[in-house]
Amino acid sequence: MANDRRGDAGGEGTGLPDHELLSASDVTRTIARIAHQIIEKTADAEHVVLIGIPTRGTILARRLAAAVAEFGGTEPSVGTVDPTLYRDDLRRRPTRPLEDTQFPEGGVDDALVVLVDDVLMSGRTVRAALDALSEHGRPRAVQLAVLVDRGHRELPIRADYVGKNVPTSRSELILVSLTEIDGEDRVAIRRGAGE
Amino acid sequence: MTDLFIRNARPYGGDAVDLVVRDGVITEIGAGLEAPEGVETLDAEGRVLLPGLVDLHVHLREPGGEESETIETGSRAAALGGFTAVFAMPNTNPVADTDVVTAHVRRRGAEVGLVDVHPVGAVTVGLEGERLAELGTMASAAGVQMFSDDGHCVNDPLVMRRALEYASALDVVIAQHAEDHRLTQGAQANEGVVASRLGLAGWPATAEETIVARDCALAREAGARLHVCHVSSARTVDVLRSAKAAGVSVSAEVTPHHLLLTDAALTSYDPVNKVNPPLRTAADTQAMRAALAEGVIDVVATDHAPHASQYKDTEWQVAKPGMLGLQTALSVVVHTMVEPGLLDWHGVARVMSERPAEIAGLPDQGRPIAVGEPANLAVVDADEPWTVRGAALASRASNTPYEGMRLPAVVVATVLRGRLTARDGRVVEQVAS
Amino acid sequence: MKHLLSVTDLDAATATALLDTSDRLRQALLGREVRKLPTLRGRTVITMFYEDSTRTRVSFEIAGKWMSADTVNVSAKGSSVSKGESLRDTSLTLSAMGADCVIVRHPASGAAHRLASWSDKDHTATGTHTSIVNAGDGTHEHPTQALLDAATLRDRLGSVAGRRIGIVGDVLHSRVARSNVFLLATLGAEVVLIAPPTLLPVGVAEWPCRVSHEIDAELPGLDAVMMLRVQAERMTGGFFPSSREYAIAYGLNDTRAAMLPEHGVVLHPGPMVRGMEIAPSVADSARAAILAQVRNGVHVRMAVLYHLLAGAPE
Repeated sequence: MANDRRGDAGGEGTGLPDHELLSASDVTRTIARIAHQIIEKTADAEHVVLIGIPTRGTILARRLAAAVAEFGGTEPSVGTVDPTLYRDDLRRRPTRPLEDTQFPEGGVDDALVVLVDDVLMSGRTVRAALDALSEHGRPRAVQLAVLVDRGHRELPIRADYVGKNVPTSRSELILVSLTEIDGEDRVAIRRGAGE
Repeated sequence: MTDLFIRNARPYGGDAVDLVVRDGVITEIGAGLEAPEGVETLDAEGRVLLPGLVDLHVHLREPGGEESETIETGSRAAALGGFTAVFAMPNTNPVADTDVVTAHVRRRGAEVGLVDVHPVGAVTVGLEGERLAELGTMASAAGVQMFSDDGHCVNDPLVMRRALEYASALDVVIAQHAEDHRLTQGAQANEGVVASRLGLAGWPATAEETIVARDCALAREAGARLHVCHVSSARTVDVLRSAKAAGVSVSAEVTPHHLLLTDAALTSYDPVNKVNPPLRTAADTQAMRAALAEGVIDVVATDHAPHASQYKDTEWQVAKPGMLGLQTALSVVVHTMVEPGLLDWHGVARVMSERPAEIAGLPDQGRPIAVGEPANLAVVDADEPWTVRGAALASRASNTPYEGMRLPAVVVATVLRGRLTARDGRVVEQVAS
Repeated sequence: MKHLLSVTDLDAATATALLDTSDRLRQALLGREVRKLPTLRGRTVITMFYEDSTRTRVSFEIAGKWMSADTVNVSAKGSSVSKGESLRDTSLTLSAMGADCVIVRHPASGAAHRLASWSDKDHTATGTHTSIVNAGDGTHEHPTQALLDAATLRDRLGSVAGRRIGIVGDVLHSRVARSNVFLLATLGAEVVLIAPPTLLPVGVAEWPCRVSHEIDAELPGLDAVMMLRVQAERMTGGFFPSSREYAIAYGLNDTRAAMLPEHGVVLHPGPMVRGMEIAPSVADSARAAILAQVRNGVHVRMAVLYHLLAGAPE
């Protein structure tokens, strides 16, 4: 949820060009690396489920699952969970539309669940997603994979898999593009355009 | 003090003159008159002078409904609205169906002294539409000249026939609230597009039209005088036109709100717009204006109907029907009739003063502005618009449908038999003489 | 969205957003043992029913509870309402107690509008800006019923736009019919009202629909038919000669149901009078979406509460 492509977080017309953090091939390489790490760290788990946080987290979860299979692991099942109904900041913004929630057949009971999101910032989205997840079953363990960790945590939450750590100021925007939605793979930072 | 000098007034909007009033009668009219010694002067500053307005249809709520209006507060509203005579409908508690109640109303009106309050007697006992009230006694003992069950229709054709026959011998007029109650059972709003969308049971225009047609036939046979209250529908006008052409002695009134407002106002469900008969369509308001200009509808009457807030600040269905009218009537008539050129000031005098007085048989009201005539007068600033605020009106209730509206024409002064009753938007308190 | 009083408050985009939210909420609760979302924790939702309606009241109550709102039921019987308290004062009282939302069912058309205008006017005095949901006002509207009908049609037919929907029966006294005509038209459906002239309001010609008196001529062209409840007291001489004649002329029996196209859906807002407006065999057939309507009712009402109460106040 910290991907600032969401909710049209302004930023247009600042005059400053976006600075590219990850190119298309960087994104591919990063996903591959995380996939390898997942294979390694979940080797002793019987049942691995990747749950994406909509919308780009869900796409990343699908890509990661395919990569895990490609690199010789057992292809994890994939689901998606919308944390919106569990957010603690709903009253601070206009009504948000709800996103997809779909659990793989067999659910998440006793599974090792890897939550997947594009950008990790305050940790509040992940907290809400954990709550949503717990309503749907009791996983054996939950891990977290993110493409970008930009800091500014407000909750004691840490990612198990990080594509790239990017120190940012609060006024900067992280823009994650994925081919399925945005036509290209790219991660960029827009400076001085935030609050 | 019933002597008055009026400077620089324009009777019926014509040339400016000065007027001398002695003992309540106009004694001199001319340009450049000297103000008589020791006589109060009213400088009209070139404004329009009209005969005092006469309203054939008001509800003053006293006795029994004093939380909404009293004869005193209603009289103040009347004076401020330019009226010198009003007819108080009998749907009070107790009902004005005897000479005792009607005499009381007349007496209270005289005590207040701001406007001539004429009681209207009930046609039937308790307004129940079954037995004739004592019309003869009310006429002889309390001087009642008009009878009506207003609020209710004398729905039974046989009772209406007898009432007209009986009235013809007394030379009084029966004013009918034309509504066939069988056709308006549960009705809440004008039957049509708006009511159907809002889920409000419809009050069909035919319920008015059929009663008027029936009553015209009955009045013709009885040789009686019939007055139709608050005409609201275009088709009723057609019925009236042919009845008049056929020589029926029928007159009719229209309310200011039926000249201006339409059922489009109902979408908020604010019961301030609830009235009986209901606000109708834009086509109907146009027909009312044309009929008034043509004379098929004789007069404007306010159907001034105050209701305390507990009767209006409710759901639509339980709200009482009715709206304030006395202080806004002239403005609405100027807005709907004078501004579009349908009536000139002589026309306004005709429909708001002369014809009403004639219908009710008042010898001293609605008279020409001329030497020897009673000085019942209203001074009107036609150029001054004002914004209606219900809370600022003199009525005890504030249920005006014109809240916040800008309307033309301010009544600057009202004169009753040479005595100022209102001046510059204030009631002139009457000292007992 | 501040209040939901009439379907005319909803443009196509807003109505579609509500239906989408309803779908998502159904999805979020699918297959769960614990049907509880924390979204409206701490919000107070009051159902105030001046008419008996188990179905609608329970549906709203479940919707509120599944969203974790504190729901309180006020019924006109046994409360100060029956002691003659005005709607105005009841409204002030509930707002002053901190009701975030009042869901009202009332026999007077426009009652919900009145409550909403008082809520807007009084909120500084009461300290609460109470949202009003119309759960049926007189013969005016029942917006959540129309929304749940649209949700059901979307499920069954894939879309509402471009579909032809027949509404059969007592349109004159039906708030369900009014809400459906205008919502379905907003969503791009073609609506046909099928009723005798005595059960159609004067002015219906201006509504965004067609009118027919011949059910048999219409059925083969309909994607769905909605049978309105027939109130027996209106069938005795006043508006219609007899219930027998009504069943013969307008009742949805097996023969008539067979005239619908293969995919034709049968809806009924309930409660049904089996054997009068609808044959039991039709009500229980695969065409009938009557239970789906009830299920969708909860999700649609959750969606309405979500859109009214979850986001920042407007």
